[in-house]
Amino acid sequence: MNDLLIMILSTLGAIFILIASFGIVKMPDFYSRLSITIKAATLGIGCILIAAVLYFSDFSVTTKALAIIFFLFITSPVAGFLISKVAYVTGTKLWDKSIMDELKDDLEEDVSNKPKKH
Amino acid sequence: MLQNFLLNILLTFVWVALTGQLDYSNFVFGYTMGFFILWMVNRSVKANTEYFYRVPKIFAFIILFFYDLLKANYEVTKDVITPNYNMKPGIVKYQMEAKTDFEITMLANMIALTPGTVVIDLSKDKRSMYIHVMYLANKEEFIRRLSNRIEKKLLEIIR
Repeated sequence: MNDLLIMILSTLGAIFILIASFGIVKMPDFYSRLSITIKAATLGIGCILIAAVLYFSDFSVTTKALAIIFFLFITSPVAGFLISKVAYVTGTKLWDKSIMDELKDDLEEDVSNKPKKH
Repeated sequence: MLQNFLLNILLTFVWVALTGQLDYSNFVFGYTMGFFILWMVNRSVKANTEYFYRVPKIFAFIILFFYDLLKANYEVTKDVITPNYNMKPGIVKYQMEAKTDFEITMLANMIALTPGTVVIDLSKDKRSMYIHVMYLANKEEFIRRLSNRIEKKLLEIIR
């Protein structure tokens, strides 16, 4: 039972990371690349760390792994959010075949309402 | 709520200390047993039952979240491995029910962790969120799914 769980978790983690690294090459625009790669860091490493915890079943390994998972799950979505926001504001374009962009109109409204500084 | 949780942890440690086996399965077993014992003791006290509804809800949410995760991952995988694209990306404005900063952060983390969606921006009044979605077949359906499946359940747990 324990061995089976270790196998499933480590394989899943490796597959997550493999697919994400293919995705970086294959995806057409910045945002879809980003949305694939953030998950690789969190889910793949999370799965592999849990597998390591089950394999060693040692107290010090468990606490370290839990701390790493906790900080990963807190920090990496925030990093992704910041990167995507900066990319949008600096004008990185969406894919040509994108259906809709509801942020564009709202941002333009914001800019036109603001009084100019210079 | 907190009192019940601490009592449950205490019962777990008592069980582990008495049986003397320091492995994970014993901790889990002690926790479940303590949970049911506390449930039976507190069944008749109306004000004290919140904890016993919340813990199953948290586990149900985790299972649902991982199911969604695997399904979304399957879609992304199919697109990455096969040569042509069948994705329809777009940026959607989503009206949140989450009010405080903590709730918004948790919701944004959940959205960022499911493959194919990334939160791009928050509106100034913190009412709505701009989400980049990779598989946007139907905007209304996506919004309905997000609010019913993820947000409502998340808020039930946090609030």
